[in-house]
Amino acid sequence: MSAQEPPSPAVEAVLAFADDELVLGWRDSEWTGIAPFLEEDVAFSSIAQGEIGHARALYELAAGVLGGDADALAFDREPGEYRCAPFVELQLVGDWAATIARHWLYETADSVRVAELVDSDWPELAGLAAKMDREEAYHRLHAQMWADRLRESAERDRFDGKVAELWPYALGLLEPGQRERLAELVGREPVDAIERGAHTEGFAELHGEMTMVRRSVAGARW
Amino acid sequence: MIWEVFRQEREGQPFQHGGSLEAPNREFAEAYAVEFYGRRAESVALWIIPRDSILEIEDPYVADVFDRDYRRVDGYSLKVKLKEARERAGTA
Repeated sequence: MSAQEPPSPAVEAVLAFADDELVLGWRDSEWTGIAPFLEEDVAFSSIAQGEIGHARALYELAAGVLGGDADALAFDREPGEYRCAPFVELQLVGDWAATIARHWLYETADSVRVAELVDSDWPELAGLAAKMDREEAYHRLHAQMWADRLRESAERDRFDGKVAELWPYALGLLEPGQRERLAELVGREPVDAIERGAHTEGFAELHGEMTMVRRSVAGARW
Repeated sequence: MIWEVFRQEREGQPFQHGGSLEAPNREFAEAYAVEFYGRRAESVALWIIPRDSILEIEDPYVADVFDRDYRRVDGYSLKVKLKEARERAGTA
């Protein structure tokens, strides 16, 4: 990291963002092998990997300030130290409508978050955000085409129901000042958000699984 | 619905068949084609065509019914003629 350290809230925000991307990437990857059809299996797995790649880049940025490395930040912290939003922790595998509802809300929220980070006065973060946005454009296209497809289908009510259910969670992804914009983009009224801070019930199990191999040989170089 | 994807590796080169994919409409076909044939910068352009739109002709060979192999260049041995010509010209 450069001589002058960025203020700690910026690092906190980067960590929270990284945790969101890692955990969502993990949850989305649970579809690998069982997506609705083969083409989608490949595409959605690739998106899941894309999120984990973003997490890696963000962790590296944070590690430059906090010390350690991306792997240590991703896998060596206690569950309570993760800052991800409950939104990304929800296990939705098996429910494609809910998965697409989250995917669509997440990518829309991410566009708000990334658009702001592109103007960050932390140059490395601004650069990374611009890079991420290029890949996110594909994620957004994919999310939008699926949202449109489900809305045009007989599953419309089911999909809209899932979006409504997940909406308070999605708001919790963003800073309060960014939520109005998200509400505009998805055409919904702001409601009380389910904030980050507390983890969902399933998170401990997810964390256990996610860190299992790394913990199996502590300190190993892979 | 099956779509055939043709990819151009570099500008100016002919498009070559890359493979096929299943997608319910144009948007999905585009997204999947980009994912499968564009992600690694292996193509500069793609053609995505519904398989139904391709006019396919089986066995397009128009057989020579009569013996007219003089029409074909393989009836001539250029190598032998060249050799003779060179010998005559003294450049062999």
